[in-house]
Amino acid sequence: MSHDWPLYEVFVRGKRGLNHVHVGSLHAADDQMALHHARDLYTRRNEGVSIWVVKATDITASSPDEKDPFFAPSGDKVYRHPTFYDIPDDVPHM
Amino acid sequence: MSTENAYEALAEAHDDARWAFGTSFDDPLAGVDTTVPSGVDGDDLHAYCLMLGDDALIASHRLQEWCTNAPELEDEVALANIALDLLGQARLLLARAGERGEDYHAFFRDEQEFRNVRLVEPAGGDFGYLIAWLLVFTSWRLALLQRLESSRDPVLAAVAAKGVKEMTYHRDYAARWAVRLGDGTEYSHDRMRAGFEAVWPLVDELFTPHPIERRMAEHGVGVDPATVRAEFDDVLARVLDAATLELPEIPALAGVSGKTGRHGVHTEAMGYLLAELQSIARAHPEAIW
Repeated sequence: MSHDWPLYEVFVRGKRGLNHVHVGSLHAADDQMALHHARDLYTRRNEGVSIWVVKATDITASSPDEKDPFFAPSGDKVYRHPTFYDIPDDVPHM
Repeated sequence: MSTENAYEALAEAHDDARWAFGTSFDDPLAGVDTTVPSGVDGDDLHAYCLMLGDDALIASHRLQEWCTNAPELEDEVALANIALDLLGQARLLLARAGERGEDYHAFFRDEQEFRNVRLVEPAGGDFGYLIAWLLVFTSWRLALLQRLESSRDPVLAAVAAKGVKEMTYHRDYAARWAVRLGDGTEYSHDRMRAGFEAVWPLVDELFTPHPIERRMAEHGVGVDPATVRAEFDDVLARVLDAATLELPEIPALAGVSGKTGRHGVHTEAMGYLLAELQSIARAHPEAIW
């Protein structure tokens, strides 16, 4: 049966206001079942407060073949990083 | 903050290194007064906790048997989650059932000392049977626990409050599958109907109060199961209607001289179930995990 059920990708947001983060995938017959399966598979250990599911076929992804034209040009642009500031010791999460 | 891996990110910012992922678990009995409410017979309360605890324990055992046997991996985990929730309810209730503790009650009582309804006992069956069984069990137990939330016994009220959230999800799971299969293909419809027909003889017993249940209800501690029949019928009628199924008309399985599961009179399946559940603990009584 599994081969009949489409693949879904699962995104979970944690309790501390983080963004939704990709946690894995699953098979389900439709969107609602995917959401429930995601709850059962990926929030068993108290991980999340919000779940997104999306059909894997609905995701448009960059191709590994295009890796260089896509990402290499930003590799030497150090001036795009805010690394020239002194960060005070009491600023967390930087 | 790490975003390499969702679980790393989720695990950050708390100190408890024992837990890899989520923390801040709730203790359902935190701050609960465990003294027996005034005017309530301690033995009655213990027996009542055994009834509710045994229902959960035996139902959990049957659900655990679906591990490695469910039709889909995703549903296998879902069923295991439900089994674990019920086991958690059983542990709290059996711990409330007297001084001898949860392990004694689970592993060292004999068949006639168990007080569960017979519904939870039968073995096997296909996925259609499982879903029918789960819908019946969860609809009944959710209705009971909802009323038990206002119990005068603070432990029962706390266990019920925890259980209501769990059972609501369990019933939702069962109802979704019942509708999906009942309103699916002709074949799945027939299998789902056969499931409800197989479960139905043990439904009436759920709503037949034992004298202890009556007494606990009179004291405001327990729930008379007869009072949840209307709600149960309403839930089942709505789900079965959506599933294009009809309520089965099948006579109830009689007890022995009027005695059923709540009196310690069980079906044949119960002995085999207990043999599996208890054999390790009895062969190695000192063993620990």
